[in-house]
Amino acid sequence: MTASPRNGTRTKRVHMAKISMIVNGNPVTGNIDPRTLLVQFLRENLRLTGTHVGCDTSQCGACVVHLDGKAVKSCTTLAVMADGHEVKTIEGLAADGAPLHPMQEAFREHHGLQCGFCTPGMIMTAVDLVHRKGHDLSDHLIREELEGNLCRCTGYQNIVASIAAGAKAMAKSDLA
Amino acid sequence: MYEFKYHRPSTVRQAANLLIKNEDAKLIAGGHTLVPVMKQRLAAPPHIIDLSHIEGVDGIEMKGRSLAIGALAKHAAVASSPIVGEAIPALAELAGLIGDPAVRHKGTIGGSLANNDPTADYPAAVMALGATITTNKRKLKPEEFFQGLFTTALEADEIITKVSFPVPKKAAYIKFRNQASRYALVGVFVARLPSGVRVTVTGAGSDGVFRVEEFEAALQKRFSPKALDGLTVPAEGLNSDLHGSAEYRAHLIGVLAKRAVEAANNRA
Repeated sequence: MTASPRNGTRTKRVHMAKISMIVNGNPVTGNIDPRTLLVQFLRENLRLTGTHVGCDTSQCGACVVHLDGKAVKSCTTLAVMADGHEVKTIEGLAADGAPLHPMQEAFREHHGLQCGFCTPGMIMTAVDLVHRKGHDLSDHLIREELEGNLCRCTGYQNIVASIAAGAKAMAKSDLA
Repeated sequence: MYEFKYHRPSTVRQAANLLIKNEDAKLIAGGHTLVPVMKQRLAAPPHIIDLSHIEGVDGIEMKGRSLAIGALAKHAAVASSPIVGEAIPALAELAGLIGDPAVRHKGTIGGSLANNDPTADYPAAVMALGATITTNKRKLKPEEFFQGLFTTALEADEIITKVSFPVPKKAAYIKFRNQASRYALVGVFVARLPSGVRVTVTGAGSDGVFRVEEFEAALQKRFSPKALDGLTVPAEGLNSDLHGSAEYRAHLIGVLAKRAVEAANNRA
């Protein structure tokens, strides 16, 4: 039941919204409270728990997914606004059981993570960065472009190295 | 968040009608101010009107000697547009400094101006360049438009559709970021227009963006950082908080203004 400033008591939800979108290539639907954030829809309705809620205030980037091919913060996006659009999450970078996406492989090889909480957001941000700025990324550029991604474990050194390597590897791969 | 009903108009007129019909409705474009505010329960609009699916309001083009940017143009689009980069590179750089890459994929110029956050970047550019803000009802000059902290001249059923920037001879924007929030602690925009020099400041003033007429007059005589030697801005009326005292901000304005003039001159 939902409280509301207008009556402060339990009320029947009257404003549900039917949504449909393509997530990781698959059409999905939902009938949701419009207040549902995209990150909640992905994690709770679709059980795609690779996308994380870190700060919940659009700063840390643990929630980054691709919306119509562009990195966005899913904790600050309403699921209803994504109705009719395409979403790609970390799970969508490579099929289950298939070889890792080159950016994922780079994070593995260059030890770009410790606890792994920021990692899906880092990888999704990195893939978007390559789409926008190409395959030859300087450390300085990578560090600037990670303005919206926070890591509490690594000190970023190996994240930057992983992204530089992953960017080069993506040039030789079909996986965009 | 508190409950709301979601609306998705396909035209500006439909959006305006929804605003008229629903008194406490709020517009949403990128949502990166409204959604966080609603999550904190600082705003609880019973109706949300999504502008982001209205077509034709996000164009970037030259119209004569003005650069016209549609209200729904995203910061990322302005930052990477070759048209903006050619006509007003300072504006492209400013857009590229807002938030972070993911935020720039959603935030819009219309949203930034309509919100008039005192630490937002676009108001500094709009006031410095004397841009015209076009809505579904009229055209507004910056002095009429910006009316104080989070306040603009926009009426309840009024929606920004376009912002038209005169092209300056030289311009630059220097942003000194708050270390935590990354918003402008102080941001200074300097523009040399055919009509004269303008210096605007965001982040520092408690009422939002303002001009520094004394700096403008000095730079009008000589457009060089040296022209600002010895000139200061009074600390009175500036923000004072844990991130910096009013005196600190006043000092920063002088420093950043000089850097902006130098940057403007160094641009080829």
